[in-house]
Amino acid sequence: MAKVLMKGNEAIAEAAIRSGCRHYFGYPITPQTEVAAYMAKRMPKIGGTFLQAESEISAINMVYGVSSAGLRVMTSSSSPGVSLKQEGISYLAGSDLPALIVNVQRGGPGLGGIQPSQSDYFQATKGGGHGDYHLIVLAPASVQEMADLTAKAFDLSDKYRMPAMLLADGTIGQMMEPVELPEKMSEGGFEKPWAVTGTENKREHNIINSLYLVPEQLEDKNLERYERYKVVEQNEVMYEEYMTDDADVVVVAFGIAARVSKNAITAARAKGIKAGLIRPITLWPFPKEAIAKAAERAKGFISVELSMGQMIDDIRLAEGCKKPVTLCNRVGGMIPSPDEVLKAIEDMEGGAF
Amino acid sequence: MAKITFATDICKGCGLCVNACPRKLIVLAKDKINKKGHSPAEITDQSKCIGCACCAVMCPDCVITVEKD
Amino acid sequence: MATVFSKPKALTDAPLHYCPGCTHGIIHRLVAEAIDDLGILGKTVGVAPVGCAVMAYDYFSCDMVEAAHGRAPAVATGLKRAMPDRIIFTYQGDGDLASIGMAETVHAATRNENITVIFVNNAIYGMTGGQMAPTSLPGQVTQTSPYGRDVKTVGYPIRVCELLSALDAPEYIERVAVNNVKNVLNAKRAIKKAFQNQIEGKGFSLIEVVSSCPTNWGMTPQKALDWVESDMIPYYPLGVYRDKSAKEGKE
Repeated sequence: MAKVLMKGNEAIAEAAIRSGCRHYFGYPITPQTEVAAYMAKRMPKIGGTFLQAESEISAINMVYGVSSAGLRVMTSSSSPGVSLKQEGISYLAGSDLPALIVNVQRGGPGLGGIQPSQSDYFQATKGGGHGDYHLIVLAPASVQEMADLTAKAFDLSDKYRMPAMLLADGTIGQMMEPVELPEKMSEGGFEKPWAVTGTENKREHNIINSLYLVPEQLEDKNLERYERYKVVEQNEVMYEEYMTDDADVVVVAFGIAARVSKNAITAARAKGIKAGLIRPITLWPFPKEAIAKAAERAKGFISVELSMGQMIDDIRLAEGCKKPVTLCNRVGGMIPSPDEVLKAIEDMEGGAF
Repeated sequence: MAKITFATDICKGCGLCVNACPRKLIVLAKDKINKKGHSPAEITDQSKCIGCACCAVMCPDCVITVEKD
Repeated sequence: MATVFSKPKALTDAPLHYCPGCTHGIIHRLVAEAIDDLGILGKTVGVAPVGCAVMAYDYFSCDMVEAAHGRAPAVATGLKRAMPDRIIFTYQGDGDLASIGMAETVHAATRNENITVIFVNNAIYGMTGGQMAPTSLPGQVTQTSPYGRDVKTVGYPIRVCELLSALDAPEYIERVAVNNVKNVLNAKRAIKKAFQNQIEGKGFSLIEVVSSCPTNWGMTPQKALDWVESDMIPYYPLGVYRDKSAKEGKE
């Protein structure tokens, strides 16, 4: 299959269309606006809906409407906009509705900046809005993965009736790389008997709802949801391991931080340091077992992040606080350089942490 | 000839039907209490009902069914 | 004998949870009667609000969606865009539609989204126990305006029909009331028209229903309806504020 050169943000949009998504709602915000612009061009030509909503809040609620009707639907934004969407995301989770939310992260908090960041990790992986819930969170590290994980996110979201988030960052959103896009990227075909498509006077009315005033019922709904989350944790963990077999120093990084880390690991190996990388592809469910296994022989871990130490908590929980875990990070739109990561690897190898 | 019937158990005794009846045929039963604990509406003289349905139009709870020849 | 009045099919058998004399019950019935009369029960999807009517999803027998506070017009937009051949309505109170959801309301209207909006204005937040609403009258005493709504500090009530009429797009905007038999029958006509407009693809129709809240106004049900006549309607004049098709001679 021929490869085409595409921007990361555009790859998301095209992959969504090739996964059967025909409804997109968004609101302009840097650095993800290309997703909306691409959809604005493409959707009218294929009988789909592109609508620029009056706010991110409206956009996510339009998503809620389409999802209630049983169709594939997405929205995209960047950090401040995703904060606004949290209300709607909580309602999607509470109503067991599938949907794709793309967050091309920028620096924060507040208005922050427009350069890349990973500082929405907690928000994405721990729930984000109110109530007990999780999203399936996928973290692409290349333009190809922007496309592939978009398709994967739609499938997982439909399969488990839970919203999914593609947690990218400004670098991968803006970067251009060759990408392969099959005509059809998802088979779809998920039955949605719960959808509100009109009773046609043939069945009882369907209700999409997250309100349960009887506490026993609401508790049951939460417990049922967490049973489903267990299945997701058992079956859907995705990660990449790079030179971890004999690794003394294990770097854990996702997205753009993982790409930088790979260069640092190559440099470390050239210096005779046995370094390796675990790259979580699903941030929730987090690859706990892979990290626990690596902890059996590694000297320690380094969390390389574009945030102030967020994923590092999950690494510590996964390795059981048996080994040292250090943080190598830059924030505010800065990215750690391979040399900075190499330094962190050397420090760990030399026991200086 | 008209007939009105009350789903007495779901009546909340709000009395809007009482005021709506142009012939003043409806009262809240003073000697009865329904399952909800309200004094339900009832008709005093069925034979005088003209079946205009004003009572039913004003009833917020669909308590009243109106039949007519 | 033939039945001339009974509960419409578009309502379920569930008893309404509303307070005695609450006109939500009348308005629910009018919406259901319109759905029955137009024969659209099987293809209608309703959107319930947050507020007293939050459990409307249990009362209408069509498919229903419960929206977040104020977001019903956005949810309805999604539903309609996903299923253009379905009939989509929202049912919203004054806090929902005119306060927290004002942006969603105005923008759905200005897109002329082909949906039907039923807006229940009873000048108070009922569900939370009677706080000041965007439509509470000047001087009106509520839990959060215990000395009466002071327009100098909290501003004036919002007249939604007048406000939306400033937009070019909306198809139909009418204000009705349910305080007496004549007004209820007129409200029924208006609500049916708002659905008919959608069937004909005409676009955004909003019916504001001036209604009562006996419990939080601290009045008997009948006194509350009298207050609608004496105080509410003078501030919120009834009538058709927009009828694009009639104006353009399309009908």
